[in-house]
Amino acid sequence: MPLDPKIPKGPLATKWDTHRFHCRLVSPANRRKYEIIVVGAGLAGASASATLAELGYRVKTFCLQDSPRRAHSIAAQGGINAAKNYRNDGDSIHRLFYDTIKGGDFRAREANVYRLAQISNQIIDHCVAQGVPFAREYGGLLANRSFGGAQVSRTFYARGQTGQQLLLGAYGALMRQVNTGSVTIMPRREMMDLVVIDGRARGIITRNLITGEFETHAAHAVVLATGGYGNIYCLSTNAMASNASAIWRAYKRGAALANPSFVQIHPTCIPVHGEAQSKLTLMSESLRNDGRVWVPRKPGDSRPPSEIPTEDRDYFLETQYPAFGNLVPRDVASRNAKQQCDAGKGVGDTGRAVYLDFHDPILRQGQEAVERKYGNLFQMYEKITGQDPRRTPMMIYPAVHYTMGGLWVDYNLMTTTPGLYALGEANFSDHGANRLGASALMQGLADGYFIVPITIGDELAQADLPEISTDSPEFNAAVAASTSRQEQLLGIKGNRTVLDFHRQLGHLLWENCGMAKNAADLQNALAMIPELRDEFHRNLKVPGTGQDLNQQLERAGRVADFLEFAEVMVRDALTREESCGCHFRSEYQTDDHEALRNDRDFNHVSVWHFNGEGVEPTLEKEPLLYDSVEPSQRSYK
Amino acid sequence: MQSINLTLEVWRQKSRNEPGRFVTYQTGPVSSDLSFLEMLDIVNEQLILADDEPIVFDHDCREGICGMCGAVVNGHAHGPEAATTLCQLHLRHFKDGDTIVIEPFRARAFPLIKDLVVDRSAFDNIIAAGGYISVNTGSAPEANSIPIPMPTAEQALDAAECIGCGACVAACPNAAAMLFTGARISHLALLPQGHPERTLRARAMLNKMDSEGFGNCRNERDCELACPKSISIRNIARFNREVIRALIRADD
Repeated sequence: MPLDPKIPKGPLATKWDTHRFHCRLVSPANRRKYEIIVVGAGLAGASASATLAELGYRVKTFCLQDSPRRAHSIAAQGGINAAKNYRNDGDSIHRLFYDTIKGGDFRAREANVYRLAQISNQIIDHCVAQGVPFAREYGGLLANRSFGGAQVSRTFYARGQTGQQLLLGAYGALMRQVNTGSVTIMPRREMMDLVVIDGRARGIITRNLITGEFETHAAHAVVLATGGYGNIYCLSTNAMASNASAIWRAYKRGAALANPSFVQIHPTCIPVHGEAQSKLTLMSESLRNDGRVWVPRKPGDSRPPSEIPTEDRDYFLETQYPAFGNLVPRDVASRNAKQQCDAGKGVGDTGRAVYLDFHDPILRQGQEAVERKYGNLFQMYEKITGQDPRRTPMMIYPAVHYTMGGLWVDYNLMTTTPGLYALGEANFSDHGANRLGASALMQGLADGYFIVPITIGDELAQADLPEISTDSPEFNAAVAASTSRQEQLLGIKGNRTVLDFHRQLGHLLWENCGMAKNAADLQNALAMIPELRDEFHRNLKVPGTGQDLNQQLERAGRVADFLEFAEVMVRDALTREESCGCHFRSEYQTDDHEALRNDRDFNHVSVWHFNGEGVEPTLEKEPLLYDSVEPSQRSYK
Repeated sequence: MQSINLTLEVWRQKSRNEPGRFVTYQTGPVSSDLSFLEMLDIVNEQLILADDEPIVFDHDCREGICGMCGAVVNGHAHGPEAATTLCQLHLRHFKDGDTIVIEPFRARAFPLIKDLVVDRSAFDNIIAAGGYISVNTGSAPEANSIPIPMPTAEQALDAAECIGCGACVAACPNAAAMLFTGARISHLALLPQGHPERTLRARAMLNKMDSEGFGNCRNERDCELACPKSISIRNIARFNREVIRALIRADD
């Protein structure tokens, strides 16, 4: 059966409204009969859990950490977009929609993105009502700042910790429902498998990370809000435990994956210091509001930055993109930084860094004003590098940050498996081939607070949902499969640690499926990944047992899944013979080295279906139809 | 960058039911650019290859915001650097040849799970008792309908920066959770949106804090010193005022 994105009919601006009217409702008295599993407690998972519970559903929320307040949404720094137009600078829902779809290089669904822009304003209202302490002007009203890919100021923020404040808002809403008994929190649990009965998602298998026990949970619907898979590169800005296992298990149980090669490389991260580095730290894009990016004009210029006069500096973003300057979208900024370093103009010990300089804004606005906007980011940078960015320019380099790809979902955020939903970074829906800054928080909260609570009711109201037992053959089979996977990992008793393998996989992908890709490298990666996977399963060394807290075993399971996921990711990159947004194939570029799209052949979502172990997945294409915007060559000049 | 050698004295304990003890490890040469947790990663890699069990410690974001990591290092929660989580502590603050003692956060309300990992779910229980504003999705008024003076919003954010790591409890001689609870109470009490529930909130969170087994505040100020986000004890004072206010206003 071909994919049906279920986009409502009618004009773009009224689709969501019309759709909500057509959605069937579950009566308030009946909602408590339904149990919903939510995996993940970040912005999308916590907001969905809280809202579903407010509506009256019984919710079980699972998270890896000891508390739902720790999900990696908490690390989002810069802000959240909304089309409030408080600055009267020409913003509107339509402009936020257009900027987002253009920023994604015309590879996202029009209807989804428009709905996102519409909901953006309600999100701000709701978060303020929850007590999220957004930045304010002296008059007491909400402040805004600018972000990449936009010429209006529409980003709401709370210093450099907007994600933390929004997550604590959603966490508060969640804990309020825990207090009423509507939500049960299951912390320190990892989802090991999805249980599909009669073609519907009806439950999950989890591992209790403290006792090692496998647990079975049945439900009427399953919501995955498990984040992105950026950690497949080993080094990324993701938290250490962020993983692809939940969506990979869902994929192997029948849910299709969309655009898995769309990975955002964020331009402003603290550069790698050495082999033992465990993660990369992002420096918020908001820094590019005032900070100026530059490299020495002459390759190999080793003078300290303070001794390089202005005429010997190349402010390459400002000169190449005069209209947007330092605020070009992330993919453009990252690629340009790489090009400068490839040309030998990189700075720092490794030559893989460019400067981000605050000298001019401090002179112009004063230390205090700049400090108020970026103070905590400056402190964070100083802690990690031992250098003070108020005195000497920051050094930054691109790093893996966000995955636009994920589980394919329709307009209702349901995957190809009925009863299984994917929210936030775990789905593919709104960001096309490149996500704009301050849009991830917006999407996670739109999905969780406002979309899935409506669409899930529509589906439950009409689904045939017989009573099931966690003692059914499907549950037993899933527990057996999870147990045998774990025993296999513990039983290898080889000579290499999981970290060692993870680093090798990350290096392989960064070199062959990173910021600039080409067919030969991708073919090369496709040959090397199965070899590495074979070695992993022959030579891995996992200490301890499965009967208690065993962090090496947890990571081994995640890396085993990454080693499988990598293949479909590379295959996706190889079959998309064009460049778009973050996906840059060197074979397809304009004369001035920008991404060259091929709308005739690739104006579609690449959707991958699992066909069994060792069998090539099937590629299906969901065509993208544009009624309201004319896809154009993106220009930020 | 320079290379240093460290001696670690690490608390190892398989579970709550078995006795724990300090075990000594040598790091071998490690770069002073490493973070503290990256150094533990290296030690763990060595332990695994030597068929030993690696040290178990909580951690996740490794950028000082999730609040997952934490241990007592040389007697200080999160180590000797001020306003720093353990994951943001770097080895450049230690000298070649130093001995570092690493043990878990110890408090009655934080039962030990394994090695350096403790159970902090008591914090979640305190929040569930009332650490929120009761607003259902969909019912919010327009965001700019209630202006909030900038200094008030900034003070609320100062309190809201708490990452819930538990260092305040570990540092307190009485293992009190006043700084954690006071920060949440203050954040919400400062904002007009938080006013309708402030009486109920103060009572409920205070009672929960006590029933979870946390001790009482004796104004030692160790919590403030240990806090990686520099949450001020002014928030404890505000918490006390909120409680007194709640006692007087018995009717709402």
